[in-house]
Amino acid sequence: MNTLQYDVVVIGGGPAGLAAAVKAKEYGLNVLLLDENEYLGGILPQCIHPGFGIHYFREELTGPEFSHRFVQRVKDLKIDYFVKARVLEIKNYSDLEKIVAFTSPEGAFEVWAKAIIYATGARERHAFEIGIVGDRVAGIYTAGEAQTLMDIYGVMPGKEVVIVGSGDVGLIMARRFALEGAKVKAVIELMPYPGGLARNVMILRDFNIPLYLSHKVVEVRGKKRVEKVKVVKVDENLREIPGTEFWIECDTIIISAGLIPQVKLLTDIGVEIDPATGGPVVNDLLETTVPGIFVAGNSLLINDLVDYVAEQGELAAYGAKLFIENGGIPAEKWIKLEKGNNIRLAVPHYLSGKRDVYIYARVRKPMENVVLNFPEIDRKIRLPVVRPAEMLRIRLRKEEIAKARDKITMEVVQ
Amino acid sequence: MTAQVYKFTCIICPLSCDIEVKVENGEIKEIKGYTCPRGKEWAIEEITNPKRVVMSVIKVKNGNMPTVSVKTDRPIPKTKIPELMKLLAEIEVEAPVKVGQIILENPLGLDTKIVATREVEKA
Ligand SMILES: Cc1cc2nc3c(=O)[nH]c(=O)nc-3n(C[C@H](O)[C@H](O)[C@H](O)COP(=O)(O)OP(=O)(O)OC[C@H]3O[C@@H](n4cnc5c(N)ncnc54)[C@H](O)[C@@H]3O)c2cc1C
Ligand code: SF4
Repeated sequence: MNTLQYDVVVIGGGPAGLAAAVKAKEYGLNVLLLDENEYLGGILPQCIHPGFGIHYFREELTGPEFSHRFVQRVKDLKIDYFVKARVLEIKNYSDLEKIVAFTSPEGAFEVWAKAIIYATGARERHAFEIGIVGDRVAGIYTAGEAQTLMDIYGVMPGKEVVIVGSGDVGLIMARRFALEGAKVKAVIELMPYPGGLARNVMILRDFNIPLYLSHKVVEVRGKKRVEKVKVVKVDENLREIPGTEFWIECDTIIISAGLIPQVKLLTDIGVEIDPATGGPVVNDLLETTVPGIFVAGNSLLINDLVDYVAEQGELAAYGAKLFIENGGIPAEKWIKLEKGNNIRLAVPHYLSGKRDVYIYARVRKPMENVVLNFPEIDRKIRLPVVRPAEMLRIRLRKEEIAKARDKITMEVVQ
Repeated sequence: MTAQVYKFTCIICPLSCDIEVKVENGEIKEIKGYTCPRGKEWAIEEITNPKRVVMSVIKVKNGNMPTVSVKTDRPIPKTKIPELMKLLAEIEVEAPVKVGQIILENPLGLDTKIVATREVEKA
């Protein structure tokens, strides 16, 4: 067993972890960055389409380019990092002493750290998790698996494709397959509206790909490989409508049915999880309910934009710095952020009123011409539209937050 | 004669206006639904000469990764995309490859460069 000692250990080398490691190092902290992949960058090296960094770098980059800029910073700042390093356990020895256990080709390690930044990203939902039954055959992939095959290894997963889920990830995969000459036979969406941003929904028109809204894939048939899938229409309560079944022939199914924050190592040590986000409950420095453990990126909540992921990484680094300097995060009281009408999730959960904060939130259903209202602090924001696919990011100033007594409600009203 | 109505969501700004363009015999007759001139211009280009940035991966010899991701440095006409994709599938480059390295200049005579977007080191 090798023992190491650092101020901060960053777990996960995607954009959240990279941004956190760079910022923490710039604050003068002694940082170790760990990732289980063979390379840094998280999922970005395989997201080869443009659409990254418009806010952060003020220019539109592809995923690999965005990641490259941060990896370059990591190297320039001589930040210590391990790839092929899988973290197996976090131990909370005391508030100011954490242990991170990981294995790598160089052996087993234990790192003692004062603070941890947890940035392990998300995992994809699999076919069985969305109620698809039938033959266990080859040809069923999650979007991420297909993307790794195509865009890292240069291997085409199949020729006739049905995509399950019309979120951005599903739509981007539809384009990727179509560009490579595969026939994308359908995109199937359970909800009555597409899940992705308008610019990505346009992909379907570009390639004449049919979109079935209010439909679901229920069954897969095939001998060794997928041969066909059964699709059925659903009503407004998402119940299957009998008699509406039909089959689509295909050799490949891509499941793009959403991401779930990867929080296993956190729940193991009793970090409180918010069922709405699937990620941990945090304060306005992104600190979890276990002091000294900070979270950023898709393991905090599922983000549409990498720019906000990097922003969260930097905030977590700031939190770690304050924590280490003060031997804990000082706060006299925490103001709870409550979810009101049409708010499905909102992060951070607790605000101090000592610092400005970005609220990241999602609505339950689309609405037009609305007011985003924070009644306790008299803040109103007019918005032309709100959609579940587009995360809201709202800045609240500390003076405003401090006006509240013990809670601030966020609601969408007409 | 053949009148066609194209409907799409403007992607220029988050307002996401639903724009409708009526085309008769290849000529734009009517555009509605846009809120600002930028949206109108975009809709016209979408009908007359739609362009897209294209991305793909190219095989790499002797690299620490089997492929390098690439993009066109500017949007190219949609009609040229299949031909360009075929070309990209055929070529192969030698590691190392740097981000921003130009792989091809003016492929198929197009006014664009194929640029590497990922770093691949020598294996
Ligand atoms: C198909 C697709 C298209 C997208 N398109 C866009 C777009 O156009 N624009 C945009 O802004 N955003 C886009 N995104 C979103 C963006 O990519 C994500 O928000 C971002 O990558 C999340 O970063 P992260 O650092 O939280 O997680 P990740 O990038 O997932 O990185 C997490 C890292 O943690 C590592 N890890 C996990 N567990 C462990 C462990 N136990 N030990 C060690 N390491 C571990 C993983 O190996 C991984 O490298 C897209 C996402 C997808 C899937
Ligand atoms: S038409 Fe103008 S206002 Fe409407 S979405 Fe396009 S750019 Fe925005």
